[in-house]
Amino acid sequence: MISIEDIKKPENIAYRRPALLTDNVMHYCPGCSHGTVHKIVAEVIEEMGIQEKTVGICPVGCSVFAYNYIDIDWQEAAHGRAPALATATKRLCPDKYVFTYQGDGDLASIGTAEIIHACARGENIVVIFINNGIYGMTGGQMAPTTLLGMKTSTTPYGRDAKLNGFPLVIADMIAHLDGTAYITRQSVHTAPAVRKAKSAIRKAFEYSQMGVGLSFVEIVSTCNSGWKLSPVEANKWMVEHMFPKYPIGDIKDVPAGR
Amino acid sequence: MKEEIIIAGFGGQGVLSMGKILAYSAIMQDMEVTWMPSYGPEMRGGTANVCVILSDKKIGSPIVTRYDTAIILNQQSMDKFENSVKPGGWLVYDPSGITRHPVRKDINICRIDAIEGAARIGNSKVYNMVVLGAFLQVKPLVSLENVEKGLAKSIPSRYAQMIPLNKAAIEDGMKNVEIVSRA
Amino acid sequence: MAEKILMKGNEAIAISAIRNGVDGYFGYPITPQSEVMETLMKEKPWETTGMVVLQAESETSSINMIYGGASCGKKVMTSSSSPGISLMCEGISYIAGAELPCVVVDVMRGGPGLGTIQPSQSDYNQIVKGGGHGDYHNIVLAPASAQDMYDFIDWGFDLAFKYRTPVVILADGIIGQMMEKVELHPMKPRRTAEEILKAAPWATTGKTADRERNIITSLSLDADIQEKFNRKLQAKYAVIEENEVKFSEYLTEDAEYVFVAFGCSSRICEAVVDGLREEGIKAGLLRPITLYPFPEKEIARLATQVKSMMSVELNLGQMVHDVRLAAGGKCPVGFYGRQGGNIYTPEEISAEFKKFNGLE
Repeated sequence: MISIEDIKKPENIAYRRPALLTDNVMHYCPGCSHGTVHKIVAEVIEEMGIQEKTVGICPVGCSVFAYNYIDIDWQEAAHGRAPALATATKRLCPDKYVFTYQGDGDLASIGTAEIIHACARGENIVVIFINNGIYGMTGGQMAPTTLLGMKTSTTPYGRDAKLNGFPLVIADMIAHLDGTAYITRQSVHTAPAVRKAKSAIRKAFEYSQMGVGLSFVEIVSTCNSGWKLSPVEANKWMVEHMFPKYPIGDIKDVPAGR
Repeated sequence: MKEEIIIAGFGGQGVLSMGKILAYSAIMQDMEVTWMPSYGPEMRGGTANVCVILSDKKIGSPIVTRYDTAIILNQQSMDKFENSVKPGGWLVYDPSGITRHPVRKDINICRIDAIEGAARIGNSKVYNMVVLGAFLQVKPLVSLENVEKGLAKSIPSRYAQMIPLNKAAIEDGMKNVEIVSRA
Repeated sequence: MAEKILMKGNEAIAISAIRNGVDGYFGYPITPQSEVMETLMKEKPWETTGMVVLQAESETSSINMIYGGASCGKKVMTSSSSPGISLMCEGISYIAGAELPCVVVDVMRGGPGLGTIQPSQSDYNQIVKGGGHGDYHNIVLAPASAQDMYDFIDWGFDLAFKYRTPVVILADGIIGQMMEKVELHPMKPRRTAEEILKAAPWATTGKTADRERNIITSLSLDADIQEKFNRKLQAKYAVIEENEVKFSEYLTEDAEYVFVAFGCSSRICEAVVDGLREEGIKAGLLRPITLYPFPEKEIARLATQVKSMMSVELNLGQMVHDVRLAAGGKCPVGFYGRQGGNIYTPEEISAEFKKFNGLE
């Protein structure tokens, strides 16, 4: 008979929490995409063996406490300013892997100038952009990425283009800038999607040391509490509504000739 | 010794750089200096002026309203600064373009036709150095040797070949300055 | 003998940064201080000392680049003028809250709003009393010459790293635009990676196995933790107030009247004092060199010696409140100021002084 100890042998381990994820209990809502993205970022850093050479920049938003969860050095930026911090960090410490981790309110609203100019300058940094179409941390207000018709606490009757304008499709915008090397849009709602997102993040980290310009990984995400849906319903809603506006796939991959 | 000088004229006459070369020359003579330009909308009208103070002691206020010497290169500046020369001070001016000549009797007045001087040297850019020469003739505060050093410091090294020309212009100004009246 | 160069105060800032081992400058053009970045770009220090110079897209961005660079334990600085400094105040508050060292140069111009581009000292309240939100102080140095501009960079970084706090060099358009003789001190190399680890063990230099991860943040959602942190900051400020006050005095020993003035105004008041002394009036001058910490004790002492004091500022009366607080009612404290980019003459100040003291 096989004992539990036999089962727990190293060669039988199919999955292990990445060593770089700390023991802190995450504050994210159940079903939120942040936890998954944190995990794959931690895995990439761990697998590349670059913990000692990585500096992360947190935004203001739900992931403001990302520094509690991944065991690397972190800077906590003012709202929207992460690309400015990353610019200086990378230019002053070119041997470091520097990434920002930003939500859509942080990156696409208050921090639009900072992200666009970091892209235009071709900073050799990685930007991980969580796009869930809503302000999560402050309680579900409209974000620049909120879809038309989508209900939020500041668009209680649905986003109306006349009143609120149109959603901002940041990744496509910055694809026009010569300073960007790699722009991709991914998601983490299924196991294959998670694997693809992880390899995209790994590629972005690798590119950041090649001096080819800015790498941008957008993760189309859910905010089930903000969307007022169960996690499963949120994933379904994302596929049906977010993906048509924010299609998954590579937008630009200059080093690969695309 | 403390000499408070206003240099005033049109932009393009080399007012600011004349002040800079004078100030640098004084540094070469181990003096203290300040060089304070007027900037902002005042410059937009085409006039430019700079206050240069040379002193053998630490300089307090860089802002003065009465000058030991006024170097005046256009009519607007004449109207503005003639009365700010201290009694017994010097007014050095270029008469070309001047329609109302200075009238004060309690100051020393001299004139230098610097356009003519620059023409003699064969380069209109050294106009301001002819004026500087005139000033140094009536107020020999800085030796020619130190002015030459000051020139070398002020002129970008790619124009180093211009130094002899500038020196010649200064000498021309020294020779051709004309005393109009004495206090 | 040290080399003596004729240069503008703004140029002195740039040259000093290169010569004192500054790692990075991040700025945005604004009159009357654009020569700082122009000089740096012309000098190309990245080819010599390795210093990074970058023109940012806004003052907001440049101050946040400072935050990022300072987080790495690097010596980083920016410069701007009044309206640009207003934009930076958010970032300066974060820098104070995250206890980061940096140097910010404010070459003041007339305000409020877009104001004028001529000299002013009207950012005293903004810089000395805060500017950004929350209970914090900048250490504020007030240069009065191009040489001060040169010297205060190194001094500013010493203070910034000693106390992990933003240091502001509060200059004005006159000090920035005026050329004077500047003596260049020997070059100081930039810090090596090892020296940074020693000088800034808190910095985000990459987490190694021998330490916990370093987190640079000004956030705490817990009121008790925030209050404890704020008290720690205040304790730091108390040490700064005790140890870092700097001022200079001119003919105050037997003075019956004392002017209090900083920056270019202190230079102009020196001429006023000379003029009054010639008339037999025993006047003197106290020049605060640090505006925070403020020379309160010296002003309190002088207040018991003199008949009156007068604060002379290129604004509508900002430092005068600190002078009055320090004088504690022991003597009358007058004020004279000009605004909007207008500059007083020594004669004008002298006349106001006599009016205030009934000496006409």
